[in-house]
Amino acid sequence: MAIDSDVLVIGGGIAGLSAALSAARTGADVRLVSEAETTLHHASGLLDVLGYPPNADGDGPVVDPFDAIGDLPDSHPYAIVGAGTVRDGLAMIDDVLGETYHGSHTDANALVPTHGGTVKPTARYPAGVTAGLASDDRDILLVGFERLTGFDAGVAADHLEAAGIPAETSAATVEFPIVVRDDAKVTRYAHLLDENPTVDGAGSDRRVRAALADAVEPSVGEAERIGFPAVLGVDHPAAIRDELEDRLGAAVFEIPMGPPSVLGGRLEDRLYAALDDAGGQIESGGGPIVDFDAEGGMISAVYMDRSGSQIPYAAEQYVLATGDVAGGGIDSDRDGVTEPIFGCHVPHPDDRYEWFEGEAFGEHAFAEFGVVVDDALRPMDEGGTPEFANLRAAGAVIGGYDYPAEKSASGVSIATGYAAGRRAAREG
Amino acid sequence: MTTSPSVLVIGGGSTGVGIARDAAMRGFDVTLVEKGNLTHGTTGRMHGLLHSGGRYAVSDQASARECIEENMILRDIATHCVEDTGGLFVKRPEDTEEYYQEKLDGLRECSIPATELAAEEARRKEPFLARDIDKAIEVPDAAIDPFRLCVANAISAANHGARIETFSEVTDLLVEDGEIVGAEVTHESGEGNRVHGVEGSVEEIRVDHIVNAAGAWTGEIAAMADIDVEVRPSKGVMTIMNVRQVDTVINRCQPKGDADIVVPHETTAILGTTDEEVGDPEDYPEEEWEVDLMIEELARLVPILEDARTIRSFWGVRPLYEPPDTGTDDPTDITREFFLLDHDERDALPGMTTIVGGKLTTYRLMAEQLVDHLAEKFDVDTTCRTAEEPLPGSEDEGVIDDAMDDFGLRSPIAKRSAERLGSRTQEVLDTNEPNPVVCGCEAVTRAEVNDAIEQSGTDLNAVRIRTRAGMGNCQGGFCSHRLANELHPDFDEGRARAALDELYQERWKGQRHALWGRQLSQAMITYTMHALTMNRDRDPAGGGALDFGAFDSGPSNTPATGDGQPADGTADVATDGGRGDGRGD
Repeated sequence: MAIDSDVLVIGGGIAGLSAALSAARTGADVRLVSEAETTLHHASGLLDVLGYPPNADGDGPVVDPFDAIGDLPDSHPYAIVGAGTVRDGLAMIDDVLGETYHGSHTDANALVPTHGGTVKPTARYPAGVTAGLASDDRDILLVGFERLTGFDAGVAADHLEAAGIPAETSAATVEFPIVVRDDAKVTRYAHLLDENPTVDGAGSDRRVRAALADAVEPSVGEAERIGFPAVLGVDHPAAIRDELEDRLGAAVFEIPMGPPSVLGGRLEDRLYAALDDAGGQIESGGGPIVDFDAEGGMISAVYMDRSGSQIPYAAEQYVLATGDVAGGGIDSDRDGVTEPIFGCHVPHPDDRYEWFEGEAFGEHAFAEFGVVVDDALRPMDEGGTPEFANLRAAGAVIGGYDYPAEKSASGVSIATGYAAGRRAAREG
Repeated sequence: MTTSPSVLVIGGGSTGVGIARDAAMRGFDVTLVEKGNLTHGTTGRMHGLLHSGGRYAVSDQASARECIEENMILRDIATHCVEDTGGLFVKRPEDTEEYYQEKLDGLRECSIPATELAAEEARRKEPFLARDIDKAIEVPDAAIDPFRLCVANAISAANHGARIETFSEVTDLLVEDGEIVGAEVTHESGEGNRVHGVEGSVEEIRVDHIVNAAGAWTGEIAAMADIDVEVRPSKGVMTIMNVRQVDTVINRCQPKGDADIVVPHETTAILGTTDEEVGDPEDYPEEEWEVDLMIEELARLVPILEDARTIRSFWGVRPLYEPPDTGTDDPTDITREFFLLDHDERDALPGMTTIVGGKLTTYRLMAEQLVDHLAEKFDVDTTCRTAEEPLPGSEDEGVIDDAMDDFGLRSPIAKRSAERLGSRTQEVLDTNEPNPVVCGCEAVTRAEVNDAIEQSGTDLNAVRIRTRAGMGNCQGGFCSHRLANELHPDFDEGRARAALDELYQERWKGQRHALWGRQLSQAMITYTMHALTMNRDRDPAGGGALDFGAFDSGPSNTPATGDGQPADGTADVATDGGRGDGRGD
């Protein structure tokens, strides 16, 4: 007996979650399956819509991403779903994230300092990031930790100045109050701040948060806001930030980091909780989908490989949200590029040496590998016919746009996920 | 004689640094100039095989004998650069019995230790060998780290008073009264130890004799004095696997052919190679078919290579030479012997000797013979000691074991750090500072990176070859910005950023030849991290000024543009799709 649902979403990243949420919110019986852990906790935690127009050599970041959507080519996922759907999808996510995220008060992009010291345009950002925005003119102190090699406060402070931000920057590198292993992951710091244990050897009952503030305090000077790498707690970020702000007399913010990302982890937790609240069934870490049955141009079941045995999952409608070449949703070998579950058509140059450019940040064809969808987000074969009537695609598995260059990853995932989920629920 | 004879060595590959070391040890006043970093040309672009001589035991027995002798010497003087992997010559059913027998006879004639293994024995040694191989011959091939080897030679040369200049290109030879008296050297701009004197400055270096050890560029140097040295550059591809599928050097037992060797190297295995004459050693095609050939041919010896993950490919150029009028068409027929060309004897132009040909395994012998030639010329009565005197870092193997306890590092990190650093382990790792791992793939710590930066300044590629940072699965995706961070504050942020850009591009270059399957996934992850997360592709720093005021400065500040969305983000949730424009919903 197959495990049944109205809508089966394959993939647990932000596209899959958006699809499952939008379907569940219309009352459909939704199941989300994802293989192992998702890549969401590797993401920065920022929700971008569109930071740069495609192929924008030399063009600065766009101020209003919604405005810029109108200029995109017809094949772009945003053009396919339409600007209104982008807003609707984002509104759904805004609702789910509530006060934990900011940015919905304006259509303008925010410029967020990154752990590399650059600024990047984004539409939504965690509340903990807000005080760090580059358009704010209050002086900044950046704080790094001795053993955290991914973020160097001095480099980032000077880099922000090189970008011409309207604030003075300074930097301090401090020893974290509890010396963790030399190569500890960032989550270790976050858990220590959550737990706030007593620091040994200080001859007092000083706790970690207080000790951290003491270590930073001599460097504060004229700074009105203080930026830390994003390790300020997994469970209690607001409380940790409040306490540091009280003790330091300045606003405190977090700088988004690369993987593993505490901000991405918090976002992941929140979205899964919302899906659970909305009545969605969640099976993460089950195993890969390895096979499917179809008849009459409709998928009737997919099979999950769980420790060698194949478990069937049947649904009326399916959403494919498995990601791109980075996430495993698009596969390749020396001879070509494929969508591995359903064998959907993925356009690509025959010659492997045309998949990339010589410049590291060139306009690489591989960045745009993915399925081609019709206006109902159904993957199409080479002739432009939907591969299956009840299969829709969402997020990075859709090809034809370069999200790292555009800074459009989460926006496309949210908008296409939202649209695919709603359509699936309506037809399921 | 009150002053030492002065020598300028052109070329910072294994031959050049070997000569610099030997000559400095024998009392010459040595300057070495290299246009890139050490190993820039051929040495840094080889598969890391320390030849047993087995490869040449049939076709070129003189080279084979030199190889086995030098192989044994390098195991003694450069223990920290050599991994004693052993090697196999593997016979497939379609390879001839006749050649197998010739190989066996040749090995014995050249005194190269050789043991015959039946197919089962060979597979017991290397479980991934193909099921259908007939048999194999075991020889003392080994893996050698050409980067560490060159650096150790350069350090030793400097310890004996030599001046080593990298990023210093010879732009002319000075010829006066029918004699070569020196060279004009242009120092490239750069930071840290790259620069001596003024950036971009031109220096005239006058010496008693010049040694032209410029490898594939030998002919171009000679041409500066209107001398004709016809080097025949021959390219070869090498493809790097992400893990060691084999722990032994695997050679195909056939007369010659492309794609006939797999060399385990540190955490990787390197597949080689092709042999094709090219016109220009700096500019030649790097072709898809060459990479495919490596995988397909070598999978006949080690079948799992067909589906294994490759992380990058690179090409090297052999500076082959044959005396005029030999008339060989096929570069694989050109001898691997080396030649000393004294231009006084050969061209009636005194002041320079060229050394050309040969191979990494015999670099020390080449240096010895070249310096013998100099010693005779200048009547210097000292003998060569390079066969006995260990290279820096190799003297004391005990420190490798002690390192684990001493530095409180987790054992794989300590072990690998100590292997890289040899007897310099204590000096580098004995730090009271925090010593986090900067490159996770290769377990390279901050202390090692900082030690390498002290030696090479902002040249992060030089840091890479000294430490292996950035050479694992992710090819610098996760660590290149961490490496650049270590340059600051000794170097300012702009220079750190330029160094990062340079390293990132260099790492990209070789990966392009491995972009399918998991390495394509890795490339996309790296691209996403650097472009999407860090916005390094469109970094506003250094560009035109941004209008920061037009962008969002936070909900508590006045919105910069537009009337925007409701501040709480909850009032306008579309549940009916009514605000969609209908095209997709």
